[in-house]
Amino acid sequence: MDRLLNVVSVLSAILVVMVLASVRRAHIRVEYSVSWLGAAVALFVLSLSGSSLDRLAGFLGITYPPLALVLVMACIFLVVLYRFSIIISELKDSNIALAQRVAILQYQLESLHEEHRPPAETR
Amino acid sequence: MRKAQAPGSLLIIIPAYNEEAAVGEVVQEVRRAIPGVPVLVIDDCSADGTPSVARTHGAEVLSLPHHLGLGGCVQAGYRLAFELGYEYVIRVDGDGQHDPAYIPQIFQVLKQSQCQMVIGSRFVNKDGVHTSLFRALGIRFFRLVLRPILGKTVHDPTSGFVGVNRAALEVFSRSFPLEYPEIEALVVLQRKAFNFQEVPCRMRPRKTGKSTITALKSCYYIIHVLLGVFVNVLKYEGRRRRP
Repeated sequence: MDRLLNVVSVLSAILVVMVLASVRRAHIRVEYSVSWLGAAVALFVLSLSGSSLDRLAGFLGITYPPLALVLVMACIFLVVLYRFSIIISELKDSNIALAQRVAILQYQLESLHEEHRPPAETR
Repeated sequence: MRKAQAPGSLLIIIPAYNEEAAVGEVVQEVRRAIPGVPVLVIDDCSADGTPSVARTHGAEVLSLPHHLGLGGCVQAGYRLAFELGYEYVIRVDGDGQHDPAYIPQIFQVLKQSQCQMVIGSRFVNKDGVHTSLFRALGIRFFRLVLRPILGKTVHDPTSGFVGVNRAALEVFSRSFPLEYPEIEALVVLQRKAFNFQEVPCRMRPRKTGKSTITALKSCYYIIHVLLGVFVNVLKYEGRRRRP
């Protein structure tokens, strides 16, 4: 049990460091790092605090406390993934609308150029 | 292409992706079938010479900056048509499956009926039916699913040979299904209490390339479209309204 908790502690700490490094290099925007940092810190605290984990396992009716930690991990990452699915969908919609707008503006610009081309250049 | 001047103006849109081998002939056939009507090819960022072939054969070309898929491509055409003030738009696929000889008939029904959408259907008279077994089964299945939602049978719910009037154009320029749009588009219109009518027409085998819907993709197609239909039914906006 202790070994599993230690592994989770180390992985959570690595996750925190990775996310902070990515934010520093501007690979992840600050607003999108919050979910990961929140998840990593929650796992870190739970894995270090045996009494909290025991209480949580008791509350959930789980006899083996590390299983409660796995369950919490799964729930946290599902929520993070769900949040990112919403963000990706919004980005895709904006991207499509933007691409269509660019195409329409480019088309209208070319039409204007065509209309205002001096007669000598028109074929 | 200039803004639509006359009332009752029609625009033909042809979504095309890597249809270099077929699009030129399609544009020519459309121009022969309905002379004087502007033809707009929407190029979904083809890797081949689709836009230049379309221009050479007398079409205007709306070039998308990157590949959007069929729904995004068609919607771009609807948006431009709506902004230019067109009253009617008929979509013809760039692969040559739709016979442009039926465009005048679709246009006539669109103008004379009270329908917001007219569908060129290969199953009304069962004339020129070219479809795979999987697709035929899918069409039968969606006919059954759509019957209670639409309140009447749509014989060819997957047909992309579709004409719309300005009311439908306004709806589609704001909201149009992005992947496999034909079936969901029917439900979108039904939610607005719009009507549709089917016109018998002949479909031909595609001139080049392969259908994007293979046997393996059929299951994904059915699940995706069913979910899209279900979501659109849930989007029901209060009381039905007549335009």
